[in-house]
Amino acid sequence: MTERKSPGSLSSSAMPGVVERHRGEERFKFLGLAAILVSLSFLAFFLVSIIGTGYGAFLQTALKVEVDLTYDSLGLVEPATEEDIANIRYRSIVRSAMRDIITEDVGRREARTLYGMLGAAAEFDLRDIVVEQPQLIGTVASLWLTSSDDVDLYNKGDASEASQLQTRLSEKQQEWYATLEAQGRIKTRFNWTFLTSSDSRDPEVAGVYGAMIGSFFALGVCLLLSCVVGVLAAVYLEEFAARNRWTQFLEININNLAAVPSITFGLLGLAIFLGFFGLPRSASLVGGMVLALMTLPTVIISSRVALQAVAPSIREAAFGIGASRVQAVFHHVVPLAMPGILTGVILGMARALGETAPLLMIGMIAFIADPPSTLTQPASALPVQVYLWADSPERGFAEKTAGAILVLLVFLLLMNLMAVILRRKFEK
Amino acid sequence: MSTSSLTTRHPNQILVERLIRAILFSCSAVAIFITVGIVASLIFEAALFFQSVSIFEFLFGTEWSPQTALREDQVGASGRFGAVPLFVGTGLISTVALCVSAPLGIFSAIYLAEYASDGVRSFVKPLLEILAGIPTVVYGFFAAIVIAPAISDFGKVVGLEVAYESALAAGLVMGVMIIPLISSISDDIIKAVPDSLREGSRGLGATKSETIRRVVLPAALPGIAGGILLATSRAIGETMIVVMAAGLAANLTFNPLEAVTTVTVQIVVLLTGDQEFDSPKTLAAFALGLALFCVTLVLNVVGSQIVKKFREQYD
Repeated sequence: MTERKSPGSLSSSAMPGVVERHRGEERFKFLGLAAILVSLSFLAFFLVSIIGTGYGAFLQTALKVEVDLTYDSLGLVEPATEEDIANIRYRSIVRSAMRDIITEDVGRREARTLYGMLGAAAEFDLRDIVVEQPQLIGTVASLWLTSSDDVDLYNKGDASEASQLQTRLSEKQQEWYATLEAQGRIKTRFNWTFLTSSDSRDPEVAGVYGAMIGSFFALGVCLLLSCVVGVLAAVYLEEFAARNRWTQFLEININNLAAVPSITFGLLGLAIFLGFFGLPRSASLVGGMVLALMTLPTVIISSRVALQAVAPSIREAAFGIGASRVQAVFHHVVPLAMPGILTGVILGMARALGETAPLLMIGMIAFIADPPSTLTQPASALPVQVYLWADSPERGFAEKTAGAILVLLVFLLLMNLMAVILRRKFEK
Repeated sequence: MSTSSLTTRHPNQILVERLIRAILFSCSAVAIFITVGIVASLIFEAALFFQSVSIFEFLFGTEWSPQTALREDQVGASGRFGAVPLFVGTGLISTVALCVSAPLGIFSAIYLAEYASDGVRSFVKPLLEILAGIPTVVYGFFAAIVIAPAISDFGKVVGLEVAYESALAAGLVMGVMIIPLISSISDDIIKAVPDSLREGSRGLGATKSETIRRVVLPAALPGIAGGILLATSRAIGETMIVVMAAGLAANLTFNPLEAVTTVTVQIVVLLTGDQEFDSPKTLAAFALGLALFCVTLVLNVVGSQIVKKFREQYD
């Protein structure tokens, strides 16, 4: 620090080692700053790598093919009934469409690799299009259909040479790919399938919709239980309970519960809800109950803080005009504390949304291809889906995993934003 | 409304209020039920487990291979339930995590509490808190896909044998997750050290960093130690990061470059496979859960008592 050596201050000869001491000062301050920068760069590196891997999940590669939907080739007679449409053999139509594009002669084995460029997703695409627009039947339609997972990865990865080398497309397929690209038959489009379909063995059809619904159900149960019980418990402890041993015991108990490892709540759920009460495995009802046990202490603690923040004068004023304690609390104190309570509840829900371990304990780990329609059906949840896909050996799932993480992070971000806005709005 | 309601309450109202109080009370008692439920179910299932496996073998045995036998005469048919390798593995990964998070967390806290302007503080603190808000399954994915291969590749370059699922990778990422926990507790503690101590030191001619190192930190040390105990409990109980990034095989080793497994990993492995509710394999998970619960409970109680005592000391 040079400004310390201005004329009039003690010279270094008068205070031995002062220069070194000031250097030490700088070094120490730098260490602190470096620690913060290192921690934040972890965060940045983390976000960049997740977004970098995951954005591809929201894009898909589509191939344009001319699909022959004339009555002759479908083997139908005019007019086609709904049953006819449901029974159309889409696979063979897609395959013959592919053969039409690649005019060269292909053998049986080569033909199979050719068909491999349009996967199961293309058949679903075509079926959806035909069901939606039955007027296409009887024509030859030019349609964009979703490519297979391998073509998709090849298309997205072609910026770097390394991924070209790792591609699972055969040389012949790469040739065909080049032909299609030259004809303008390949495009990258937004992957709605990822948001509207559920888990699948094929990465190109797999989506997060089922997991989102599962998480939504579980969070609903969790919110109902932990919000009601948690807020009422906080009201009791803050407004009614006498300061005695029992209350102290309750407080210590709640604080300790808040720090118990989450997996323990899963073990509790497994032993009590599944083992003792015989509730169904893997159901979002049980998932929500376990998450509620976990978030309850957090909700109680944050609600108590919000209740403490209400000025005592409010209570006294209510008592002064003859309100009973119950009236004072429920007519005046709780409404005033509500924004704070809600903030705590939302943050608790955000934690519950990201929690995985207790859900694994109650069996939420199965492959589930349909979104649940009731609370007792087997369901998945977003973080569980992330875990399952991360374990999957298919290369296409790495991208899907990061994509599911992004969906999860967006939900968490929205919930936290809601909490922040709520707090800001009512602090004024 | 009659005028009498101003002075005396209607009997119905008294009844309703009693009912409301009872409901409120029972809601707060739910917390007790949860604790009792956890303790009872863990002890009950663990007791069943200890009927077939001795508690000494569990606590002091060094071999863990809980597979169930396919044939009667198979080697190791009964499975071995010596949990020492799991305890050591848990300790190893937690130690790595604390080696990362303690220095980073404490130095961040010192900078935030002593040097940073209010503007920087209000900007950096929430950013650090984001690290604590990221779901652990996301950290696990990150550890398994990005950090573990990077460390393994780096080891190859340097000429070290690094297992793909090394304790180092899991511990490193877990450490990053714990940074905000340590930094926010340490920050509170450092702020609670009274200014009179700082002023006395500065008055004697110490520089700011000398004051922090020789006066503020020694005064804050017990509180920070309490915070580190809480962080340790968090690291021991963490599940998803280790499930995804640490190994499954129980190796008894202190080398962070090798793959180890932890208590939480084994609980998940034992309970997500086939489900026979009373096989020793399933019950072993509850015994592990009981051990985990006891250790984290002690750490939490001791840690939060220390932190609380420290805060009261200067009030």
